[in-house]
Amino acid sequence: MSPATSHHRAVRDVVFVDGVRTPFGRAGEKGMYASVRADDLAVKAVRELLRRHPELDPAAIDEVAIAATTQSGDQGLTLGRTVSLLAGIPVTVPGYAIDRLCAGAMTAVTSLAGAIAFGSVDVAVAGGVEHMGHHPMGLDADPNPRFVSERLVDPAALNMGNTAENLHDRFPSLTKQRTDAYAAASQAKAAAAYERGDIQPNLVPVASRRAGEGWNLRTRDEGLRPGTTVEDLAGLRTPFRAHGRVTAGNASGLNDGATAALLASGEAAERLGLPVGMRLVSFAFAGVEPQVMGYGPVPSTEKALTQAGLSIEDIGLFEVNEAFAVQVIAFLEHFGLADDDPRVNRYGGAIAFGHPLASSGIRLMTQLSRQFEQHPEVRYGLTTMCIGLGMGGTVIWENPHHAEYGQDA
Amino acid sequence: MSQNTAFDRFEALTAILPDEVVTHSLVQDVQLPSGKTLALITLDNGHDHTRPATLGPATMIELGRTLEALRERAAAGEIAAVAVTGSGYVFAAGADLSAVSSLREPAQGRDMAELGHAVYDLLPALGVPSFAFINGTALGGGLELPLACDYRTVSTGAQGLGLPEAFIGLVPGWGGVYRLPRLVGPEAALMVMIENPLNNNRSVNGTVFGAAGGADATFEPADFLEQSLLWADRVLTGATEVTRPRAVDPSDAQVAERWAAAVAKGRALVKAKTSGAAPAPGKVLDLFEAGPTLTQPESAALEVAALTELMATPAFHNTVYAFLDLVQKRGKRPAGAPDKKLARPVSKVGVVGAGLMAAQLALVFAQKLKVPVVMTDMDQERVDRGVAHAHADIDKQLSRGKISQDAANRTKSLISGSVDKSVYADADWVIEAVFEEIGVKKAVFAELEAIVSPECLLATNTSSLSVTEMAAGLKHPERLVGFHFFNPVAYMPLVEIVAQPATSQEVLATAFVVAKNLRKTAVLVKDAPAFVVNRLLLRLMNEVQEAFDNGTPAEVADTALEPMGLPMSPFTLLAMVGLPVAQHVSETLHTAFPERFPLSANVQRLIDAKVTSIWAKGEDGAPEVPASTLALLEFGDAPLSREELLVRTQDALALEVKAMLDEGVVAAAEDIDLCMILGAGWPMFIGGLTPYLDQVGASERVNGSRFHG
Repeated sequence: MSPATSHHRAVRDVVFVDGVRTPFGRAGEKGMYASVRADDLAVKAVRELLRRHPELDPAAIDEVAIAATTQSGDQGLTLGRTVSLLAGIPVTVPGYAIDRLCAGAMTAVTSLAGAIAFGSVDVAVAGGVEHMGHHPMGLDADPNPRFVSERLVDPAALNMGNTAENLHDRFPSLTKQRTDAYAAASQAKAAAAYERGDIQPNLVPVASRRAGEGWNLRTRDEGLRPGTTVEDLAGLRTPFRAHGRVTAGNASGLNDGATAALLASGEAAERLGLPVGMRLVSFAFAGVEPQVMGYGPVPSTEKALTQAGLSIEDIGLFEVNEAFAVQVIAFLEHFGLADDDPRVNRYGGAIAFGHPLASSGIRLMTQLSRQFEQHPEVRYGLTTMCIGLGMGGTVIWENPHHAEYGQDA
Repeated sequence: MSQNTAFDRFEALTAILPDEVVTHSLVQDVQLPSGKTLALITLDNGHDHTRPATLGPATMIELGRTLEALRERAAAGEIAAVAVTGSGYVFAAGADLSAVSSLREPAQGRDMAELGHAVYDLLPALGVPSFAFINGTALGGGLELPLACDYRTVSTGAQGLGLPEAFIGLVPGWGGVYRLPRLVGPEAALMVMIENPLNNNRSVNGTVFGAAGGADATFEPADFLEQSLLWADRVLTGATEVTRPRAVDPSDAQVAERWAAAVAKGRALVKAKTSGAAPAPGKVLDLFEAGPTLTQPESAALEVAALTELMATPAFHNTVYAFLDLVQKRGKRPAGAPDKKLARPVSKVGVVGAGLMAAQLALVFAQKLKVPVVMTDMDQERVDRGVAHAHADIDKQLSRGKISQDAANRTKSLISGSVDKSVYADADWVIEAVFEEIGVKKAVFAELEAIVSPECLLATNTSSLSVTEMAAGLKHPERLVGFHFFNPVAYMPLVEIVAQPATSQEVLATAFVVAKNLRKTAVLVKDAPAFVVNRLLLRLMNEVQEAFDNGTPAEVADTALEPMGLPMSPFTLLAMVGLPVAQHVSETLHTAFPERFPLSANVQRLIDAKVTSIWAKGEDGAPEVPASTLALLEFGDAPLSREELLVRTQDALALEVKAMLDEGVVAAAEDIDLCMILGAGWPMFIGGLTPYLDQVGASERVNGSRFHG
């Protein structure tokens, strides 16, 4: 690198232009995407994103990063490149695959954001996909025996349900009553959001067919359970532990789905006429003990707030991934927020919509972006999620619709 | 719910065809973004694209009943639209031909024709708009279904759209001949209904079909169905207005003019391509011509009558036999081919000789096998010329956009030449294309054996010499096989693989695998004079020549066989093959079968005088036999009429085929037919040959029995 560029380099603004996702299906043979390839789900999302932005010449895209937790089979062969080619993006546009378990798409966004801020990329497509029907979590993984022999990681930490139970153990105040109440509310908020039409604008319909049936068009998440009550949830099995607290009702499901988002430098967005959905303020990832994986968002959020020079009170909207209800209320309790704080997950969360691992980060951002539009009085929002093997990730965003947008940063 | 009985009268058809692979009509209610419900029919036969969905009677009855039920749902306000799409790469590959060809009674044919109309007439009369989303292959009845719908979308990934009925021996009689020209204009309709079917049964792709006006919207395959459904929703809500700039009103005077011109162009093409020997293309044009002044039901009645008539014609049954049983089935599993596991790998090829034929061989081997090919000849100049010729052919393909620059570079680098045959030391396959003279060939093989490895396969491209005799002097006679291409090598799809008595199973297996990799159809032939194609061509040409020599006027002799629909007249063929070459093959045949293959003294006189064609262009441009040519020839005084010569030739061919089968030249009459279709371009509507010989009575006249049951 020449001294001329290494010395006076300025960090550039990064903006989230727009995001879309497929409706999320239930994983398994009877799921609505059982016969659909994972890469095709990602392709449909990317194509929809580009269709929505005819002002963007696809040749002007500098990078395509697509995340998946399992990178083999129909999620193999460096997805960013394959999806780009399959989507009809010119061959001159490069791409890569990315993995940070559940925070894959979030990491695709932050990695590309780093490249944009650094000046090597102007416009990028980030995405994530997980077809948990085709790729059950950890199926092909071969954990190193040293994890166990040297007690580096509690064996239970490799099962996410167990880590959620562990979180209940560590914080006895997080009761099953609270998680079930939280989960029922998530379902109710999601149903209301669909009712208001807050979700549909960012969905790309996907045609698929089940064996012996004809084609149909999938326009809603398959796992939604509107009308779920606390009483319904109380009686569910606790599959991870006898007399445990974590159930299929207060956790996200096993899902198939894909997301995609368009990112740009502030300068490129202005030059190309791309709308600004959110401006990136800061992002951070942090680690915790793997056996309490769900606690990860706490340190990552502290870190991101510190970097941004903000405090939790400055955040007006939260999109917290609901891998498990207990993990969300652990986060809320740490920051002194109520379980039913109206700023948190206004549209509901993964407990209702589903959580196709590596795709979820962009769902959070897409929903936050839409909420920014609806709430110009909110200046800052954050997206956060817990990550397997004991991590958390947090991205803080600024609302371009706010009166003081961009005045200091 | 009313009783759904409209299709009961067609049930009898299903009993005739108990083994139909039924394409089901699977219905799903699709909720569109506008809130409207669209009933989507997926055509699905439960198989992948290797067994494409076809339309047999049970399929059509199920579709008809499905549409009836949807019409009732539409009337009840339950659905706002109906759409039809396919699965995988196929929409619907048309009527089930083996099913249709098994309908022997005219009444059954009429029922089948009427069934199509009964089903498709429902599509524009459901009470709600009907859509077809053409996701893939849509042929014949499979394309007439979309044409009957109110709206169509097509995928740019769709391959194989067309109305091939004129090729098959039928007419697009489920409404296609009436609806298509109105939708896309007479010129494009002519292309789809006549020009493509008669041009090696070509089809168009989705992009071309859409651009021609065949579809109202075109979408890419990645999200074709999603975009089609969303488009349909916009049409239903009025957000998208459909315009059809290519659609025509035949009552408009200008359109009528264009229409008449298209019909005239079609008539000329049909005459040129089939000599009018096949009834179907003419019928298509009759319906096309009548269309402008008819209502759709009036046209439907004529279409049904035409289909009923054509389904009973030999031409239709011969084409189904030739197309399905021979080209698609027997051609892919050649009779007598050894297990392909016995085949040896071929990683370097030698071509002895660097003449025109050798250059063609070198090109096809290099291009298809993608292995190094070395040509050798006597001197460097010939070698250079041969290599340059092959390279020039590659450049021609490049300039026509048929291959990429990279592919051109690769193929060119694979073809080299040498004057030293030691380059064959590591070759796996050496084929000779030297002068057609047994002594020359034997010398070449003797020289090769001293150079090549003991496993190297040796092949001869001889068209008539004895492969057995060539093997006689070899140390390893088991390695020699005949591998006879047809000219032009790149285009003619046949290779006659000639086994001589010593040819080993490994060598034979290798020859079949190589033929397949060259994308040729191979037929196993016993080593017999001139093998199959040339023997029969010569027998036919000899009959015509003999009639000419005996005083039959040239214009009579050379047009007498027109009812057979051969691709060119005998004298034209003679000139194209070259008189000396034809005479050379005749000599071989004459030596073997002197009575059946007399040598024409007149042909020898023409060769001696260096005359290259009996016909020449006269002053007025019309073909004539020049006086100078006539002056060279001697004629007898026993002229034949066209009819007499036709019958005589039919009889001669029937006798010759019988003799070949008795000699065991090929395994069965089917192989003879396959050879004549692929090696001589004889028409499918005569079934290659033997079905025709049965139908005109020749087989029974001269052999006392038919070739086919």
